[in-house]
Amino acid sequence: MKLLTHNMLTSHVKGVTKGYPLLIKATEVKVNEVDFNPQFVSRMIPKLEWSALVQAADELGHRQDLPVELVPEYEKNEEFLKKVHRVLLEVEVIEGCLRCPESGREFPISRGIPNMLLNDDEV
Amino acid sequence: MKLKELESCLQQVDTFEEPKILLEQYPTSPHIAACMLYTIHNTFDDIEGKLVADLGCGCGVLSIGAAVLDAGLCIGFDIDDDALDIFKRNAEEFEISNLDLIQCDLCSLEAEAYAKKFDTVIMNPPFGTKHNQGMDMKFLKAALTMAKTAVYSLHKTSTREVDIQVDFLRFSTD
Repeated sequence: MKLLTHNMLTSHVKGVTKGYPLLIKATEVKVNEVDFNPQFVSRMIPKLEWSALVQAADELGHRQDLPVELVPEYEKNEEFLKKVHRVLLEVEVIEGCLRCPESGREFPISRGIPNMLLNDDEV
Repeated sequence: MKLKELESCLQQVDTFEEPKILLEQYPTSPHIAACMLYTIHNTFDDIEGKLVADLGCGCGVLSIGAAVLDAGLCIGFDIDDDALDIFKRNAEEFEISNLDLIQCDLCSLEAEAYAKKFDTVIMNPPFGTKHNQGMDMKFLKAALTMAKTAVYSLHKTSTREVDIQVDFLRFSTD
């Protein structure tokens, strides 16, 4: 699971009103190289929940000095875009789980795939 | 990349060992997948550098094709463990890294949480012919919510003696 994917994931357990952002408890994290596409990264940034991304990267020990607040004119700042690229696409959680901040329900991650399936009584 | 190259590349993608009838796990043939992706890429420019979702991705032929055509990232969604295992193996064999996977049930997916997050959605959904009538429409509804630009989908037109005829449709969401 990449952090771009994590940034979109929400817990929808019955009764939960804000199951976001999911806390990451990782037991195995890998960094896999991905081709850098600055236009793609620039285009993704405004769609992100920035604080959730910084928090997730921090939890995994891969924050890359990303600032709490988004820097202005980031689209021209290649060094910054490369750091965001690393965090969004290259850092991957292989094993661990995601924890719903409201219900505490844990969603396992195995072989890099988060399992968001709910039981019948949770829908 | 030429259409022929894309098709022969997608012939390397492994498919279901034991397809599950209830999940309508018929694989998308490399020929159909290649034609579909080639058109999306060349005619509409909706793959390269885009965030793509593949709903009901199965073993991943469409996702892998999108990744090969340089999607920024393609995320596959599927409910089935076995399909996701094969998908994972395919991605590893292709040494593709602009792919990710989420295991979830598209029927109970809160698509609103992904509203307009993806540029493009591609899919070969279940046609809803196996005691799950309307399944294709559920997929389509989720896809139209999730895509910012367009949804590309295969839909059944008729059942023939040995196979089924499908239409390839583009739904613009701009």
